[in-house]
Amino acid sequence: MATRSGGAAKKRAEPDDELAAEIKQRAQKYRRAKEGAGGKVRSKKEAAAVGHARRRREEAAEAAARSEVLLTEQAGFLEAEGMERTYKFTQKQIADNVDIGSASRIFDLQLGEFGPYAIDYSGDGRHLLLGGRKGHLATVDWRNARLGCELHVRETVRSVCWLHNQTLFAAAQKKYAYIYDQSGAEVHCLRKHEEPTALGFLRHHFLLASTGMSGRVVYQDVTEGKVVGEHRSGHGPAHVLRVNPYNAVVHVGHGNGTVSLWAPQQSLPLAKLLCHKGPVQAVAVDGVHMATSGLDGRVKVWDVRALGVLHEYRTGRPAQSLDISQRGLLAAGYGPHVTVWKDALATRAGDAYMQRLLPATSVQTLRFAPYEDVLGYGHSGGVSSILVPGAGEPNFDALVANPFQTTRQRQEAEVKLLLDKLPADTIQLDPTFVGRLDPRSHAERQREQLAEGRARYAQDKADGKYRDGAVRNKTKGRNSTAKRYARKRQTNVTDLKKLQTMERMEKELRQAEAAKRPRPAHEKGALAQFYTEKARLDG
Amino acid sequence: MKVKALSRSTADYTRETKSDIQRLPRNADPAQHPLERAREYKRALNAAKLERMFAKPFLASLSGHVDGIYSMAKNPWDLDLITTGSGDGELRVWSLSAQEAVWRAPGAHRGIVKGVCNVPGGDTDRFLSVGVDKMAKVWSRSEGALSADGETPETVASYSGKHAFSGVDHHRSRPLFATSSSLVEVWDVNRSEPIASLTWGADTTNTVRMNQTEVNVLASCGTDRSVILYDLRTSSPLAKLVMALSTNAIAWNPMEAFMFATANEDHNVYTFDMRRMDHASNVLRDHVSAVMDVDYSPTGHELVSGSYDRTLRLWDVNRGHSRDIYHTKRMQRVFCVRYTQDDKYVLSGSDDSNLRLWRARASERLGAKSNRERATVEYAEKLKDRYKYLPEVRRVLRQRNVPAAVKRASRTKQDMLQSRKRKAENERKSSKAAAAAPRVPERKKGILGVTTK
Repeated sequence: MATRSGGAAKKRAEPDDELAAEIKQRAQKYRRAKEGAGGKVRSKKEAAAVGHARRRREEAAEAAARSEVLLTEQAGFLEAEGMERTYKFTQKQIADNVDIGSASRIFDLQLGEFGPYAIDYSGDGRHLLLGGRKGHLATVDWRNARLGCELHVRETVRSVCWLHNQTLFAAAQKKYAYIYDQSGAEVHCLRKHEEPTALGFLRHHFLLASTGMSGRVVYQDVTEGKVVGEHRSGHGPAHVLRVNPYNAVVHVGHGNGTVSLWAPQQSLPLAKLLCHKGPVQAVAVDGVHMATSGLDGRVKVWDVRALGVLHEYRTGRPAQSLDISQRGLLAAGYGPHVTVWKDALATRAGDAYMQRLLPATSVQTLRFAPYEDVLGYGHSGGVSSILVPGAGEPNFDALVANPFQTTRQRQEAEVKLLLDKLPADTIQLDPTFVGRLDPRSHAERQREQLAEGRARYAQDKADGKYRDGAVRNKTKGRNSTAKRYARKRQTNVTDLKKLQTMERMEKELRQAEAAKRPRPAHEKGALAQFYTEKARLDG
Repeated sequence: MKVKALSRSTADYTRETKSDIQRLPRNADPAQHPLERAREYKRALNAAKLERMFAKPFLASLSGHVDGIYSMAKNPWDLDLITTGSGDGELRVWSLSAQEAVWRAPGAHRGIVKGVCNVPGGDTDRFLSVGVDKMAKVWSRSEGALSADGETPETVASYSGKHAFSGVDHHRSRPLFATSSSLVEVWDVNRSEPIASLTWGADTTNTVRMNQTEVNVLASCGTDRSVILYDLRTSSPLAKLVMALSTNAIAWNPMEAFMFATANEDHNVYTFDMRRMDHASNVLRDHVSAVMDVDYSPTGHELVSGSYDRTLRLWDVNRGHSRDIYHTKRMQRVFCVRYTQDDKYVLSGSDDSNLRLWRARASERLGAKSNRERATVEYAEKLKDRYKYLPEVRRVLRQRNVPAAVKRASRTKQDMLQSRKRKAENERKSSKAAAAAPRVPERKKGILGVTTK
């Protein structure tokens, strides 16, 4: 009887099972990185708590997957039929086939006098900031074609960026960086940013990052004005800086073809990648991928977590600017051309998705507008905006970025953002490190450190760094006997210190192990401490 | 060509009239919430800091008694009224909402009022008091006539015992009450003599408490360091537990009828399962002087204890250390504490003749909360719970300003306990007999023995 009724029940339950399986599968996106198991949980009570927490996490992921039905908007798309090719569609053709609201997103601003223009969209995509090389600064509510403020600073403007909302923006000018408010009044002159060329804002840390002709990477807290980090890259003038939104790491492109990754509290880069054979022209980052372009005419896509190259594309000329849209479209601007690739990051794309040519201009900066199917770019003749269907995230989270934000909501969001302002030292390559346990024991950590040190030492030795008396020759004028001697001494001193440290660590480790080893009977009991003392002195 | 570009209608995302609420669409996609872990941690830290900022537990001090308050009773049928008995024999009934005494009987007893309790059932406002004058009296605000001097109300009934009473408790449903003196006596309210006398050993008892759930069981504790359980049905003792030091007070868990907590002279609060009393089910250690009284919250999850070290402590029954400590500069030795029936307040009566009203959760706001406010509070609680083990959050959450004397005493106590432990370890190492002796778990240390009948 059980089987009969069971069969009937099964038949009826099938759609439910399918739905449950689908939810489980969709929930994958919402499952956070696996939390470290951290070994066996000893206490029954704690094991129950851990199990409970795990179930709650799974439930939360499934609830999030189920809540997807509440997302009302569908992403845009552009599909070719028959012999058509998407990259052959012109903006006029697209404008004829979309609604009038979308068609009005296509425009060209003729601003030939003060170009080329650097641009930036505010976080909710509603406001556009223009910075003409020759000193023209303007903010626009671009969807409604409403000018916010406009001013001429009468000196070179190299880069512009919005701060946390549309009430403040920064401009990298000839000598310093400046902050202006929404009315165009100068609020601050940031003298710590000398000859800045590129700006980036870390929204959750309230840090303004810049790099410039000195090759330094400077971080300044815009809430209290403190410079929280100033690092020398050692690669000379840099012109490229982008912020990775996933972990707030700053990517700086250098003239020698490397891209270095910086955090404000570490004086050395977190990572350095040799990306191109010529100077790096542009960098674009989303959470997982980084696209770089160099004067060698390549556009390369990198996996930022594994720090390896995935694939490369070629552009007719070296790409001057790159950007990655919220839904993973890659755009490159070179000369008068703008090319957009679809599915070009995780996989290698074939043909371009869209292309546009604006004769007699050269692209300076291009940016996808957040939450819109729009790509804006500043060029020598002004600023243009084109439709790229499928670029923007259709469903915004109103508490993250709200394109329809009211003034009160903006004020409230500002307060919330300030309350949640993250300290500068929370920036790491892996942003999930916060609140994690290091499951290794102290001894294990030390052992690993030691092994690492030894390996490095061996590598250096093999490279001839410590070759006695074999200090390599330098260029003429820098090779005096005294300097050679100093160099030799320097390496030896470094060597000695390193060896001493390693020796000390080794000794400590030996002692820790000796303390753990089972003691013979005569060393136990009340007199044991004398043996411990002896062991310490011996060790 | 098939094309569609994102085009949001403003009408879909903005409110129509000013009376509407704003639309706030959400998207749980993790890609839209970068650095969520770090931000959550920051929020947890902020929540911890706000909790300590808003922690203002002290609400009111109700003065009126001229001597210390040594007994207190709450009424399960009335949230507002609290009865207290003082050292000079005065009884008062306080209204917590009005924060004043609504009824008083000066000279209700000659000498200290050792115990008060309410008569259960919502239909009566009678309560009982016992004193060292060997009298047990029944009072009522509505029934009692005023005496000739217009001050001291008349009793509804009175019973005279043979010894000075030390505590009283009423049966949950039947017209019975139990008193403690040198023996535990059970009284029928309609008879002038006790209907049963319960003893096991000769010493005087400190207090008696009837189980309000498993109504036939009552417990008493005595100066002979014993805690004795009795059964009303057979009028005989069930079990006797002897501890290293004597117990000052007992509280039955209102939700788990077989659990009870004892306030011990050895600075600890013990909780016991009455079915297995060979070990305590938990030892709550933080006080630095004898614990004088203990009471369960109506949920049975929390405890409040008052101590001779002039502080109150609040405990989670499953944890070993207190979650909060309450004190004021003026509060003297605490002799009675109660959790109110709505789980929101704590009351303490102390030597300095004041009844003090505290919040049960120091940072909780009073009054009705809007949905948003409640959601925020719940979110903050969850965050604190999630990150409570991280050093920064833990430091903020655990920080308390403790009176210098308590701090000093706890340091000294810790030193003493550690040196004792060290000594025991050394003995263990050096002597074979000691090494062979089994280690005694902390939960068994305070217990000398259990006898059952």
